[in-house]
Amino acid sequence: MNASQITLLDYGAGNLPSVERALHRLGAQTERVDSPEGLAQASALILPGVGHYAALIRALDKNGLRDQLIAAIARGIPFLGICLGLQALYQTSEEAPDLQGLNILQGSVRALSGPVKLPHMGWNQLQTKSASQLLEGIAPDSYFYFAHSYAAQSGNGHSTSEVRATCLYGNEFVAVAEKENIFAVQFHPEKSGDAGQRVLQNFLRIAA
Amino acid sequence: MSLARRIIPCLDTDGERVVKGVNFVSLRDAGDPVALAARYNAEGADELVVLDIAASRDRRPTFLATIRRVAAQLAIPLTAGGGIRTLDDARAVVRAGADKITVNTAAVLRPNLISELSAEFGSQAVVLAIDAKKNTAGWTVTVRGGGELTDLDAVAWATRGAELGAGEILLTSVDRDGTQMGFDIPLTAAISKSVSVPVIASGGAKLPQHFVEIFRDGAADAALAASIFHDDVQPIRALKEFLASQNVQVRLPC
Repeated sequence: MNASQITLLDYGAGNLPSVERALHRLGAQTERVDSPEGLAQASALILPGVGHYAALIRALDKNGLRDQLIAAIARGIPFLGICLGLQALYQTSEEAPDLQGLNILQGSVRALSGPVKLPHMGWNQLQTKSASQLLEGIAPDSYFYFAHSYAAQSGNGHSTSEVRATCLYGNEFVAVAEKENIFAVQFHPEKSGDAGQRVLQNFLRIAA
Repeated sequence: MSLARRIIPCLDTDGERVVKGVNFVSLRDAGDPVALAARYNAEGADELVVLDIAASRDRRPTFLATIRRVAAQLAIPLTAGGGIRTLDDARAVVRAGADKITVNTAAVLRPNLISELSAEFGSQAVVLAIDAKKNTAGWTVTVRGGGELTDLDAVAWATRGAELGAGEILLTSVDRDGTQMGFDIPLTAAISKSVSVPVIASGGAKLPQHFVEIFRDGAADAALAASIFHDDVQPIRALKEFLASQNVQVRLPC
């Protein structure tokens, strides 16, 4: 088995091809899966996502992917959630209050607030909270590309160990979370130039 | 620490070649979109916009092929548009590799198009392009490449567009476009202060000082230009270094 084979969960996210292209540039091999069986086989998994929270959660439930996704993560395989893929890990989202998140991380997704324009669209910097494997070797003042109006608030507060970096826009929110085999970023590494490529490269190293 | 102001080069294509209009007419060839995209990605552009200005629908497959080839060059976001009239048109552009879709004339004719796109792709993927022309009291929305006046007020239309689900306004001053006299500051400020979504200013840029002014006085969130980047009149990296020296926050080093 090739160690750098990355499985991409394909629920119809618009950014999946970009993530794929970025991984290929880094020499990784990828496969797309859209079935529970495919998830059961994964040895390293990325959940890309962009758009509406409900579209992701409904797709997981409609296609019977939720249980197998939770099982895959519980099995300990390296997992990377991008944008909505991060938000899905939390308990609930204000964007679709009737739906249940994956409930893997404590906290909820809330609308960004404050005197700012929404969506939070463009390049922003991070506030590092604790050592991050995803951010290793990346200058602390680097910019990352964000495109979202909702963001995760950690249930344990942002000083909790899984919150490795936050971003400030309107309010402070989770930008990078890491917990054992679980990795997640609110920004789009596939659209974040060299710094983003480095994040993906770090994940590939973890997954190897 | 806050959100950086964005510098966005724009490729106006006739299907497969980049062209640029001066006052939206007298087109001249400006080069290969794939080569330009690779250059801008490397030089520190924050995004890229590709607009199909071909009059004929026959050029559509060529444009989608261009989007695919351009997207393959980029590690930054890509916005594409020109002639998008339906959800299916937008799907094709997104499938070809665009992160955002821009709509203009078709949204004026059928505003619900904005809501449909927003419901399908999320508002962060929907850019409402407005070509505005000065009138005695304010600005009028024009369509069909700036050639036809509507009865819409530009500020009101921008506000409505954001309500319908546009996540960004790409605002072009028809009066300034191609003149290299600088962005339209009153127009941009009026729209930017009226809407809750980011505004990209376009039309009239030449000098680095024009960019400082549109960010400082025009309240623009991003600034777009075409020929000055294509012709290397204004290299992007040098422009961003100048902006940083004027205390405009930009993404550097890139």
